[in-house]
Amino acid sequence: MTSRKIEILVGLFVAAAIAAFFMLAMSISNMSSYGDGEKYELKARFDNVGGLKVRSPVSAGGVRIGRVTDIQYNSETYEAVVSMAIDQQYNKFPVDTAASILTSGLLGEQFVGFVPGAEEDYLKAGDIIDLTQSAIVLEEIIGQFIYSQANEEE
Amino acid sequence: MIDKIQHLGAITLHSFQRLGRASLFLFGVLASSASLVARPRLLIKQLYAVGVQTLLIIIVAGLFVGMVMALQSYYALIDFGAEDSVGVMVALALLRELGPVITALLFAGRAGSALTAEIGLMKATEQLSGMEMMAVNPMKRIIAPRFIAGFISMPLLATIFSAVGVIGAYVVAVEMLGLDSGAFWSQPQNKVDLYLDIYNGIIKSIVFGFVVTWIAVFEGYDCLPTSEGLAQATTRTVVHSSLAILFLDFVLTALMFTK
Repeated sequence: MTSRKIEILVGLFVAAAIAAFFMLAMSISNMSSYGDGEKYELKARFDNVGGLKVRSPVSAGGVRIGRVTDIQYNSETYEAVVSMAIDQQYNKFPVDTAASILTSGLLGEQFVGFVPGAEEDYLKAGDIIDLTQSAIVLEEIIGQFIYSQANEEE
Repeated sequence: MIDKIQHLGAITLHSFQRLGRASLFLFGVLASSASLVARPRLLIKQLYAVGVQTLLIIIVAGLFVGMVMALQSYYALIDFGAEDSVGVMVALALLRELGPVITALLFAGRAGSALTAEIGLMKATEQLSGMEMMAVNPMKRIIAPRFIAGFISMPLLATIFSAVGVIGAYVVAVEMLGLDSGAFWSQPQNKVDLYLDIYNGIIKSIVFGFVVTWIAVFEGYDCLPTSEGLAQATTRTVVHSSLAILFLDFVLTALMFTK
């Protein structure tokens, strides 16, 4: 085997590995959501975030518009503060936009859903959404259901 | 009784001695690796022997592992109506565990044993001491290029393994079992993280490549220069590398994927 042929084959090998890496990065990882250009941050206060996690999606009308970047507990107001990075192209949410924590499917993962309001001013970077609805905790609902059933029987 | 205790002590001391020699040897290899910059040709030749010639078995193995994973996860998930998650399940398993580990095991069997046998035979036929006579440093000329070539090849092979595995899973899940190809690609895109999953998998394969090649070249360099010693060294390479891979995989997984 001539050394030229060996060099070509090694070159092909390295190129194949780089191509494989790009295939993995582009088609099966979330890399596309990293470099999506400009983002701005919004915060929302919830009584209970349920199973919401960092990197959970934020969506409006079923379309993903951003991701949760941070979840903190504020021990002065006893509320959970959720920070979200929203794509800059969706920067026209009215100030009375409501944020609620929803579940995709019965047992699916949780996400933040935005329902736009009617005000004429728009939310700016760093603003806090006050109209929020906490996650629905299944155990509480079942508990309430059993309690009301018991009351009816009496 | 005293004999047995003595024997145990001898084995222990012998193991520590070998570990010490292996560490010094590694230090020597790393110190002589810098000279490769001046002679990249040696490295390219070894990249061919270690990397390119291992490529075929990696591609075939990756394809079949991906296909089997897709089949099995399909049958497990269809009971829950979650068969759309086949893509994400296969992708995560390949990137985090199977890609680096199976590649490293195959690499130890295919390339590691060849390295040990080659260097061991050079030692047995006194080619290494012949080189020293001619004032050619065998560390620089023989060992370092092989070590660096193995170290470079492993992550490349593991990446190819994972990519081919995903393609194999796609063929089975979408073409044969009739899953939706959109769900197959979009679910991983939501779940697989570039840093957490892909980069950590590559870090794993780099660690495995380092350890497997280190064991392989050391066993070859350190073997008894007889045909029996060579046979034992080659066996030890495969056994020790496989055990090291599985143990390190546990440690690395515990470090990377637990919070």
